[in-house]
Amino acid sequence: MTRVFVPRDAAALAVGADAVAAALAGHAEIVRTGSRGLFWLEPMIEVETPAGRIAYGPVAAADVPGLLADGLLDATAQHLRLGVPGQIPFLARQTRVTFARCGIVDPLSLDDCRAHGGFQGLDRARALGPAGTVAEVLASGLRGRGGAGFPTGIKWKTAAEAAGARKYIVCNADEGDSGTFADRMLMEGDPFALIEGMAIAAFAIGASKGYVYTRSEYPHAIATFDQALAIARAAGVLGPGFDIEQRTGAGAYVCGEETSLLESLEGRRGQVRAKPPLPAHKGLFGMPTVVNNLVTLATVPAILRDGAAGYQALGMGRSRGTMPIQLAGNIRFGGLFEAGFGVTLGELVNDIGGGTRSGRPARAVQVGGPLGAYFPPSHFDTPFDYEAFAARDGLIGHGGVVVFDDTVDMARMARFAMEFCAAESCGKCTPCRIGSVRGTETVDKILHGQDVDKNLTLLRDLCHTMKFGSLCALGGFIPYPVLSAMNFFPEDFQRTPALAAE
Amino acid sequence: MSAHEPWSAERASTVIASQVGLEGAALPILHELQRVFGCVPLDAEPMVASALNLSRAEIHGIVTFYHEFRRNPPGRHVLRVCRAEACQAVGADAVCDRLRAALGCDWHGTSPDGAVTLEPVFCLGLCASGPAALVDGAPVGRLDAARVDALVGALVGALVGALAGTLAGAPA
Repeated sequence: MTRVFVPRDAAALAVGADAVAAALAGHAEIVRTGSRGLFWLEPMIEVETPAGRIAYGPVAAADVPGLLADGLLDATAQHLRLGVPGQIPFLARQTRVTFARCGIVDPLSLDDCRAHGGFQGLDRARALGPAGTVAEVLASGLRGRGGAGFPTGIKWKTAAEAAGARKYIVCNADEGDSGTFADRMLMEGDPFALIEGMAIAAFAIGASKGYVYTRSEYPHAIATFDQALAIARAAGVLGPGFDIEQRTGAGAYVCGEETSLLESLEGRRGQVRAKPPLPAHKGLFGMPTVVNNLVTLATVPAILRDGAAGYQALGMGRSRGTMPIQLAGNIRFGGLFEAGFGVTLGELVNDIGGGTRSGRPARAVQVGGPLGAYFPPSHFDTPFDYEAFAARDGLIGHGGVVVFDDTVDMARMARFAMEFCAAESCGKCTPCRIGSVRGTETVDKILHGQDVDKNLTLLRDLCHTMKFGSLCALGGFIPYPVLSAMNFFPEDFQRTPALAAE
Repeated sequence: MSAHEPWSAERASTVIASQVGLEGAALPILHELQRVFGCVPLDAEPMVASALNLSRAEIHGIVTFYHEFRRNPPGRHVLRVCRAEACQAVGADAVCDRLRAALGCDWHGTSPDGAVTLEPVFCLGLCASGPAALVDGAPVGRLDAARVDALVGALVGALVGALAGTLAGAPA
């Protein structure tokens, strides 16, 4: 029976992938995979032919009988035919390292994973030894993909050299930034990459236990990862003296901050801890702990397998390797675009992303989640690079790019940023806890046309206090979206009482 | 469709005992209580406190810190709708207004017939397929007025079985 690959990624399920699989049942052998990350083409199915896979999409369940009659199973049907997936321009332009297997393999098949290079990184790490493994990660130039961009090798070296009765590896899969879905896609499409990455990290620093802290908004990722974990454990691939457990968050954005995440794992309110001590010295339960973003950990196996030099050769400046960039919001070709650092924002939005989904002009792009700056088209020459974004008072964060068209009201987006911060503040430090509430009130006054210039000055002053006085990135970075909206879109803030009353 | 058990202290102590051996057991316990009862009832707090050798105030602080823990059981269905930036960029606000009007309830409320509890959520990781929602855990994307109406009709109407058919289809 011909094999047909149908994604089981949540974004494919959201547009009917299960119904497509049901319509194909009995006609073909169905293999459920993750997503290739071309979400405007989902459900995108692939038919296995002697010449390789041929993609069709977006396929609705109602299309299936007609496609079957026209020769879907030998890939001669022409309707919705996309051709060889790797030749679709969106995929052809990518450099897939971290997401190389995502959308191709059955996420729960160890054999599939091994056939596509899985677990060779772990083998090489064991051959290199712990210190050699740390040195390899250091040489790759890999930096934390959660947003802070801290060199992963240095974090590992610190934890490896720290003394402790036991050590932990913690994977931060609390992917709360709007516009991001890389962690979710990988957990649903290639969970063994994360398991292998955690096993390598544990070997490198001498950890006995790993935790994956996943947000509760990702039920499918949680289920797939738990299944994969059971399979990996039964097959003995975790190695002796190491085990992994998944824990679920409970809807608190701030738990994506590493110390807050540790508090939550320990069974407390997710309140931020002051640093130092660094988690690498005193982390989970007071023990040396490496907290890494999921994408960071899932990238490690490929670096170990293929060597640090190849990875280090990709990218620009101090941003080495690839970044899974997530094109989201009002964008025509939305999805996951993994490429070496250096691609410009304009290429991402207009060229690769095809402009807005609505067809209207793009007016603002928020990069890096709710704490990221809004950039206008005049900043589209900014290359995707940690330092280049920082130099323009922005951040790349976890790689989310959210596009807005010209109907967006930037004063309302500034209000949303403050409101979000007020709702999600852990409450530990005053600038964030009180500042966000006062910030929301101040933007409200501006929206009502009340003493606009005076309140804009006040808002700017408040942002300054939050930026420099907050304990963590939530209160410290929420000024980025607020100030960028004020700086680049001042006309949206010039409200008059008459206008506000309309 | 959610089917939860009525409150029972005896059942609650079994649930707590099943998780108490874990490191940092508070969240796993609270999640399991909510899975069984649909919420974390106030009566459970002293029991959790006692099992973890913490004060009731500490447990109350934990339960109320996390947005996801409910105080009362939800309606027969739980609809979690994304209100974050990427979904806002493609019309989530209008979708949310339409949903609230159609269901006759506000955020965290339940429609008067007890069919649907409406909860806001900030990102489901469906940011290129928005506006997005989870219907009893099943993802739905590209919500617009027509899909919202179909969704509400399936959830509120007697033909709950129609749900799968309505939502499984691709958007127009």
